[in-house]
Amino acid sequence: MANNFVEECADRFGLATKKKFGLELALEEAFINICSHAYPDGEGDAEIFCTGDGDAFVLEIADSGKPFDVLSLPDPDITLDIMDRQIGGLGIHFIRTMSDSVSYRRENDRNILRMVFEKDSKRTVTSR
Amino acid sequence: MEIRTKKEAHATVVAITGRLDAVTAPEYEKKMQELIGGGDIRLVVDFEALEYISSAGLRGLLVTAKLLKAKGGHVRFANVAGTVKEVFDISGFGSIFQMDATVAGALAALS
Repeated sequence: MANNFVEECADRFGLATKKKFGLELALEEAFINICSHAYPDGEGDAEIFCTGDGDAFVLEIADSGKPFDVLSLPDPDITLDIMDRQIGGLGIHFIRTMSDSVSYRRENDRNILRMVFEKDSKRTVTSR
Repeated sequence: MEIRTKKEAHATVVAITGRLDAVTAPEYEKKMQELIGGGDIRLVVDFEALEYISSAGLRGLLVTAKLLKAKGGHVRFANVAGTVKEVFDISGFGSIFQMDATVAGALAALS
């Protein structure tokens, strides 16, 4: 459901297919983080906002759970071998990697994660 | 997600289709645990028809690989490409698993 909504927004905005994959991944990871950190004891609500900001597609996810800045988590050690490897922290690592910028704010008792996806990462100078 | 298994001479090939995410990863883990519990400890996972993977999917791969290693088994991944490969690369998983370009190559490495 959330996925389809965001994909439709991204299509309307004209986000490139490659970027849309990153968007889909960032969305899932953000949701999983909300489930485990904002609502560790059960269910809660999450709201999604999509907007265009010039050449950037902006995705915001808000929850009313415990105050938690997911960006405060350290990046995982991705060099450990198979037996020592942990999954914790990979989600935010993916969010950081897939989006062009990400920020957190606490507003009206809500956690809001804002992810920005540039329409075209490879900025080229066109001469006329 | 769909999982199909096929016994070959030296290993069992597990082909996964669709999405390996927070919703489907438990199903993958369960299937792999059944196989390993049944004595299939030489496995090739075929990613050719896998369209999407998230950190929850990677967790499933890691959990089963650790279980397999504890049982003295082996797993190789075949046909990891495209956006799935990208997720492997970003997470560093590409270097902790044994990867092969084809199922035949993975089977040969296990024989």
